[in-house]
Amino acid sequence: MGAADPRALVRDRFGLDAGGAPPRLSVEVPLDRWVDFARFAKHDLGCHYFSFLTAVDWKEQGLEVLYRIENLDDHLDITVRTKLGPDAVRCPSLTDVYRGADWMERECYDMFGITFDGHPDLRRILLAQDWDGHPLRKAYAVDTPHAPYR
Amino acid sequence: MPDLEARKVIELGYAGNERLVMNMGPQHPSAHGVFRAILTLEGETIVAVDAVIGYLHRCHEKLGETLTYVQYPSIASKTDYVAAMTSELAYVLAAEKIGQIEVPKRAQYLRVIAAELQRIASHCLWLGTWCMDMGGALGGGATLFLYCFRERETLLDLFEALTGARLLYGFHQVGGTRYDLPAGWAERCRSTVDLIEKRIDEYEAMLEGNAFFLARTRGVGVISRELAQEVGVSGPLIRGSGVAYDIRRVAPYSSYEAFDFKVPVETGGDCWARYRVRMVEFRESIGIVRQALEGLPPGPISSRPGVKSVGQVRIGKGEAYARVEGPRGEVGCYLVADGSAKPYRMKWRGASFSNLAVLPHIVPGHKVADVVAIMGSVDPVFGEVDR
Repeated sequence: MGAADPRALVRDRFGLDAGGAPPRLSVEVPLDRWVDFARFAKHDLGCHYFSFLTAVDWKEQGLEVLYRIENLDDHLDITVRTKLGPDAVRCPSLTDVYRGADWMERECYDMFGITFDGHPDLRRILLAQDWDGHPLRKAYAVDTPHAPYR
Repeated sequence: MPDLEARKVIELGYAGNERLVMNMGPQHPSAHGVFRAILTLEGETIVAVDAVIGYLHRCHEKLGETLTYVQYPSIASKTDYVAAMTSELAYVLAAEKIGQIEVPKRAQYLRVIAAELQRIASHCLWLGTWCMDMGGALGGGATLFLYCFRERETLLDLFEALTGARLLYGFHQVGGTRYDLPAGWAERCRSTVDLIEKRIDEYEAMLEGNAFFLARTRGVGVISRELAQEVGVSGPLIRGSGVAYDIRRVAPYSSYEAFDFKVPVETGGDCWARYRVRMVEFRESIGIVRQALEGLPPGPISSRPGVKSVGQVRIGKGEAYARVEGPRGEVGCYLVADGSAKPYRMKWRGASFSNLAVLPHIVPGHKVADVVAIMGSVDPVFGEVDR
């Protein structure tokens, strides 16, 4: 199942240059191919293992979402990332491809306020359902007060 | 994925097929912390489960952005407080990876000794509490629990002699370890693991001949190979589902390539398989501790000067993902550094979080009593689930 050269395959299919060297690759994918790439990585590169999904807040440049997947048989791991753009908070959901994305995307929504389109059950997971704001945003100060008191 | 429809209570009279919503937790003895499961039942059979977590959330990831590389390792131990050595190690490994900081050989061996003793201590706690959860079926419930705690106590004594703390250590720091072995510690450690090795045989004899134990674990809570990978479970769970995935073997860190050990794999995917994997791991960890004590190289325990101020360690721009094989599986730390004394972003990939995420997929179809057996075999620590 493992591709002979995953980087060449990524270039052929998506016209993207993967950074890093096998077994550790890093690919930046445009937002509209986010789910396509996950499907391709799972079926053609054999990356069945879903390690984690998270985001980074780059302040004015906006949010970056990334996930890490692995092919356990051929020892290949890929970090896939995309930039949502300034002030953008929408990202397609990977739950159709990886069942592990369910809780990870809920956590990411909880902490960063990113709306994952297509997620079947996008609720807060760690914080209370009526919490205000998303703590891991850089604009959210550690001592942000909460009414009444928590 | 929880079935939203199934959560509604449907009143169909007393024909035996009416649905009932039952709340399990957050204060439940088998929750191993605070965990709430909203179960939808048909009679005694579960048709859907909604897992509610977050009761122990302290926003470690935000905290990590406000504390320096010197301060955070001792806070990292509070994510998974049952295996504090593991998360500390993942954090300092990530920082060392970005900063390309060398770690002396002796420190690497000390890290291995600490990590493996921690695995034994954590597995002791898992076995004891799990058997107590399954209660009366195991001849009085608390018997094995107390035995396991007796053994764990000897390990905590070793940690206390090494670091001064019994639960949360602050042993690892960027560049090495904070403490070297005190005089006579190695001998004491050897005799402790010798004793525990004998005791493990006794536990097995107590459990594996017990018909109730077999009935409650065999074929219960089966995780298929595909599900295990897709959800991203790790540690004894994925190895119990037939995948030989151990980070110590596939991506060795801290000199693990120098040690000789087996990676146990079972194909059943049920509670019994996970139990067997952990019982073998007990012995393998003991073997690694012995090898590390035997081959412990002389030399310094840190490549950096002693800590004088909290802002002393600065790490250049970059990002890294470091992962270690904890008692519960892959504990990963994703760090983004911006050149200052604090990370720009830190993400914990908690093994318990991903392991627990498999629960809604495997629990439906089982009886209520099986939830307890399945939960225990997953061995979640809620400090790490909620972070």
